[in-house]
Amino acid sequence: MTERLDGPQAPSQDGAPSPRADTPKKFRLGPSPAIAIVFLLPAAILLGIWVVYPIVYSIFRSLFDASGSVFVGVENFTTIFTDRGTLVTIRNNLIWVIVAPILVTVLGLLFAVLTERIKWSTAFKLIVFMPMAVSLMAAGVIFRLVYEQDPDKGLANAVLTTVNDTFSSSQGYPDARPREGDASPVAAKDGGVATKQPAQAGQPVLIPLVGIKANTMPTNAAPALANPPPGGLSGTVWFDFTPGGQGTSGAVDPQEKGLPGMTVEAVKDGQVAATTTTAANGTFRFDGLAAGSYEVRLPQTNFTAPYRGLNWLGEALITPAIIGAFIWVWAGFAMVLISAGLAAIPRDSLEAARIDGATEWQVFRKITIPLLSPVLLVVFVTMIINTLKVFDLVFIIAPASVQPQSNVIALEMWRVSFGGGNNQGLGSALAVFLLILVLPFMIMNVRRFRREER
Amino acid sequence: MRKTAIVLAGLAVAASACGNAPTTTPTQPAGTAAATSGGAKPLQGQKIEVAAKWTSDEEKSFRQVLKAFSDKTGAEVTYASTGEDTGAYLGPRIKGGSPPDIAILPQPGLVQQYADEKALKPLTPEVISQIDTNYTPYWKELGSADGQVYGVMVKAAHKSLVWYRTATFEEAGVQPPTNWDELVKAAQTIADSGTAPFSFCGASGWTLTDLFENVYLSSAGPENYDKLSKHEIPWTDPSVATALEKMAQIMTKKEFVLDGNSGALQTQFPDCVTKVYDQKKAAMIIEADFVATPVAQSGEKVGEGAKTFPFPKVGETSPVVLGGDIAVALKDTPGAMALLEFLGSKEGGEIWAKLPGYLSPNKNVSPDNYPDELTKQLGQTIVSAGDAVRYDMSDLAPSAFGATDGKGEWKVLQDFLRDPTDVKGAQTKLEEEAKKAWK
Repeated sequence: MTERLDGPQAPSQDGAPSPRADTPKKFRLGPSPAIAIVFLLPAAILLGIWVVYPIVYSIFRSLFDASGSVFVGVENFTTIFTDRGTLVTIRNNLIWVIVAPILVTVLGLLFAVLTERIKWSTAFKLIVFMPMAVSLMAAGVIFRLVYEQDPDKGLANAVLTTVNDTFSSSQGYPDARPREGDASPVAAKDGGVATKQPAQAGQPVLIPLVGIKANTMPTNAAPALANPPPGGLSGTVWFDFTPGGQGTSGAVDPQEKGLPGMTVEAVKDGQVAATTTTAANGTFRFDGLAAGSYEVRLPQTNFTAPYRGLNWLGEALITPAIIGAFIWVWAGFAMVLISAGLAAIPRDSLEAARIDGATEWQVFRKITIPLLSPVLLVVFVTMIINTLKVFDLVFIIAPASVQPQSNVIALEMWRVSFGGGNNQGLGSALAVFLLILVLPFMIMNVRRFRREER
Repeated sequence: MRKTAIVLAGLAVAASACGNAPTTTPTQPAGTAAATSGGAKPLQGQKIEVAAKWTSDEEKSFRQVLKAFSDKTGAEVTYASTGEDTGAYLGPRIKGGSPPDIAILPQPGLVQQYADEKALKPLTPEVISQIDTNYTPYWKELGSADGQVYGVMVKAAHKSLVWYRTATFEEAGVQPPTNWDELVKAAQTIADSGTAPFSFCGASGWTLTDLFENVYLSSAGPENYDKLSKHEIPWTDPSVATALEKMAQIMTKKEFVLDGNSGALQTQFPDCVTKVYDQKKAAMIIEADFVATPVAQSGEKVGEGAKTFPFPKVGETSPVVLGGDIAVALKDTPGAMALLEFLGSKEGGEIWAKLPGYLSPNKNVSPDNYPDELTKQLGQTIVSAGDAVRYDMSDLAPSAFGATDGKGEWKVLQDFLRDPTDVKGAQTKLEEEAKKAWK
């Protein structure tokens, strides 16, 4: 490498003498050092001010405490590896670095290879590339809405619930429950509701429930009937709450409504002896049931809550959710780079392979990927650097209550330096730590460029 | 092929550089046009920048006050919104040597912090005399650090309130409770009637600290409150356990919490208010007087569909917890001092008092100025209570503990809302965080 750099400026003295005698003693291909310095100066000054000085100062500052006046040595760095909060950020960054670049590169490759074969490839590429035109902050705002818990607002859960509802529909009373306390004749049991005392024919079974939300109350519900027509084991399931709170608990009051469509089971010795459904006024009756005492219960199926989608912004899914947003932004970029690389692959080698009888998969595995590997590596390394410095997406998508669980080093660096703590010593230490993490990939990238140039 | 790779690599580097999306929120220049007329205006042409955390309606009201000042003096005042995290906005600007002229700090803790950093300018005698005539010594002290007066308390918040939707109370047939057991009982009845009793703003950590402070002040008494504020007793103290257990009584049952505990943790203020008064999903919100603003936006009338009751007694004391915003000068300019004087004066306070969503700590601002009955009452209690009240504990703490998103007390109480059964764990974590902050 040194050879090549020195080469044009100073040809070796011990080499063959200059072929032409009339040339001046020193000859050069490039400009004189003075001119070179003049031309280099602006860039060097800018680099010095905005890159070199901040790095050096950050390293210096990281050795001091929050106030900046007390030298603490490496204490800030030990804090990074002992504080539980920062350890979480390191863990998250690790997840990011392992998952995000691979997914982005694979998706980019997939899109690039597939678009080669479709007619509307330009339109498709344009659409996939579009998110690149959106700033990461705006992307964060978009995805905060996408991941909203309420399916009426959040797209992700709207999709999930729609898909779910086409396969199973729930029409029950998810909030219904027996009233608390010993006075209630029924109690919660195995996710359902069951009578506390065995019931017999001739004695109406009262099953009072409370807590039913106005929007789950069926429109056909009629005022509850306390005494169903006699004969057989019968009873009433009703919403035991009079508006205004005047009613007697456990008794059917005039304004209280029955709960229609409730499945009721009569159970004897753990076996379901009969099943029936309540009418609009909440009454039910088991026909043709053998005499004896039964436990009357409302099975769990009456109370299953409707599917509300996933808790994207909760503790468990927050990092995968943010990585999803990151992929949305960067997949298009990877695709464009890779498809440009694909275009440069010599067609003849592909065709030769096909003529030799290789399957499409073999062509892809053995020819396309090896020939693409330089581009893939560039995309991959760029993505690693991008994931290490991820900040905006996490800052915006994660609600404050889960931000510590989704925190990453770059965000933590900003938080400890400026948000609340104002500990710029620790912040600088985190910055230096981040720099050290990015450095190997930078060096790798620079090496690659050099090799390509040669 | 090689060439392509190089070009692509270059592109990649360029693109990754571009990937740094701008994250700075623009500071909106105020629309406060300088007054056109008059050569008699003493501050004609002066520029003053004020930074505060207020947005939307609170900002609108404040801009009107600033406009009144501009019209009077001719100074050109611009408003910059700091966002929720005042420290994160001001810190870099102070470090960078270009702070705004005036900052309105949401916590006394910050006055002490910035005074230690020597970022604050002492007030001129004119401003201090204005404070002496209009404020009780308690307020003056909150704006001081190390015996030096730096700040004017310009806005107060009454945090010992519970807001409810009257229709739900009527539907369930319950009366506003006066003590904690009644509150829990009323909540149970409301839940039985088919409405979730509480809408928590779990994503905004400060709403949870406010709740804790009221419960603690009432159950442990003012003396313990003061000690805990200064971290003289540890958070592992049994009195803290009592308060957390009381809180758990209204947080544990799933039918008590709107959208469940995990849903509540994603609900920010003021969305939790909208859920009660606009979407009509829940009955109560435990928060301060300024809930009135989002209530009005939801199309509900304060005093009719939306009423309040004082925070129920948990122990011996009826809690009165206050918050407030303190205006400080970061630059010693005549304009900045004149504006502080104006904000601390009877004149400025009365202009502001006529606008909605404002409570004045200024004792000479007559409560008659307030636009509604509720604010009139609250204004009276604040001014008359004087030293008998307690200031918001989390705001007295170092901001890393009491006022930072995702850290300290905010975060631990959010975790507590996620799992209200773990009182011990919450106490241990609170003590851990407190030790770090009071180091």
